[in-house]
Amino acid sequence: MIIAIASGKGGTGKTTIATNLALVAPAAQYLDCDVEEPNGHLFLKPEIDHRRDVTMSIPKIDHELCTYCGQCAGACEFNALAVIGKKVMVFPELCHGCGACTFICPEGAISETSKIVGQLETGSAATVTEKKLKFGHGISKIGNPLTPPVIKQVKKLVNDDCFTILDAPPGTSCPMVQTLMGCDYCLFVTEPTPFGLNDLELAVGVARQLKIPCGIVINRSDSGDDQVKKYCEREAIPILMELGFDRDLAFAYSKGEAAVSKSLSLRQEFQDLYEKIVAEVEK
Amino acid sequence: MKELTIISGKGGTGKTTVTAAFATLATNKILADCDVDAADLHLILTPKELSKADFIGGRGPILDGEKCIRCGECQRLCRFDAIEFTEASGYSINNFACDSCGLCALACPEKAITMADTINGQWFISDTRAGKMVHARLGIGEDNSGKLVTLVRQQGKLLAKKENRELLINDGPPGIGCPVTASITGVDMVLIVTEPTLSGMHDMERVHGLCRHFDIPALVCINRFDLNLHNTEKIRNYCNRHEIALVGEIPLDQVVNKAQVARLSVVEYDCGRVSQVVREMWKKVEKELDI
Repeated sequence: MIIAIASGKGGTGKTTIATNLALVAPAAQYLDCDVEEPNGHLFLKPEIDHRRDVTMSIPKIDHELCTYCGQCAGACEFNALAVIGKKVMVFPELCHGCGACTFICPEGAISETSKIVGQLETGSAATVTEKKLKFGHGISKIGNPLTPPVIKQVKKLVNDDCFTILDAPPGTSCPMVQTLMGCDYCLFVTEPTPFGLNDLELAVGVARQLKIPCGIVINRSDSGDDQVKKYCEREAIPILMELGFDRDLAFAYSKGEAAVSKSLSLRQEFQDLYEKIVAEVEK
Repeated sequence: MKELTIISGKGGTGKTTVTAAFATLATNKILADCDVDAADLHLILTPKELSKADFIGGRGPILDGEKCIRCGECQRLCRFDAIEFTEASGYSINNFACDSCGLCALACPEKAITMADTINGQWFISDTRAGKMVHARLGIGEDNSGKLVTLVRQQGKLLAKKENRELLINDGPPGIGCPVTASITGVDMVLIVTEPTLSGMHDMERVHGLCRHFDIPALVCINRFDLNLHNTEKIRNYCNRHEIALVGEIPLDQVVNKAQVARLSVVEYDCGRVSQVVREMWKKVEKELDI
């Protein structure tokens, strides 16, 4: 079972919900797909036992064979190649690694070399029971603008025997879509404010286009207004949990402490959330 | 003309809250919302649309089922697993997985796949009570957000020049990826809004790394500074060590949400100490920008 925890708006509590859920769910796996700013490890404090680079292919020109015909530059939709006179320039930061230039080159002058775009780390973390939690995250390299290749590698870690939780990046564009694709369920974490609602509506739009069923967690439910609840009612989206603002818990969060290890009542609430999600997926 | 972008790394630290306040405090400026896939600034500034245009983000493949001979070459070559096949309906393109690289169109022996311009969103110039604003809406699940950010900034700059404005204020997106890069390259200064949580600090350091990568001067503001004073002290030390001006420390106060519900910036709504700190912060930013 693969569950994505997403939001649209940043800072609504995706990682809080994802990590606490991972700590109470049996046979859980936590994968951080927010590779630009991965934060789950700050709360789960995993022991990393495996580390590797994530690479992608970029073109390498053989100047002996190249006739400077310019077909590679013409074929590239991302302007990652330019041919000026007797010079071919490759711009690795624009390259998407699609292989169109290699395919089109009539001289066989383009081969591929790899470029590091990030790191992948896997390991395990202690939970509130004796069972260990499987952990994995991607870390995109600073200065690398293209994150979907890193997210793809994180998703390859999905273990079918686990209750897998994908911590999604904010927004509604390619990194978020890349995370949601193929999930069984999406849990949106929102806050009852105009910003929270606006971005929630956009994010629900993505889940609907991908035909993924979804539910809502309202965080800081005692602030703002009632518009998020009205929206959920109108759209028939179940609200699976509501969490009020608690300064002590916000303080614990600021130190990287998981809520379920501080409060027994919250541990129960997250267990209930787990059961509700499973029931929703099995519907 | 100067250009300032407000970013954070971590989402939800208060970028748009700060931008909206600066928007109501700055006099001679244009605003640009560069968070194109989850834009929120319009919720506070309630813009009146003056003009609207489609955003053509690039090209995408279209498969003509009539011409397809089911050779499967496109599926074999596609590196994004975007070509799907069923016995009943043959080959089709999954637009969510597709990266629009065009390799399938190049490779199809029957020319059954062609590349056509795609409309990935809309962009607008609007009038607000705080002045003119350029903003955009990326289509749901669309890519090319970096290109749309570049377009929004370009239009913001053109407008600022045309109207002889001294400043362009950009509300940036979270993260450190493509849309963030597009919203900070070449600006005069960025303001990083962070919070004293491990996540906020971790993400601030990564986004500051990005600023250094592009050699852009940065300022820092700590939101909800009193949530964890120990961490706030660590951020102060980080700023000292990296010679970053710390321009403001905003207290944690639920009144900020009340202002948002009232669709007002924190300097228009009476947010007490928060309003006062943000006003003082703006003065420091003006000084740093030398305007």
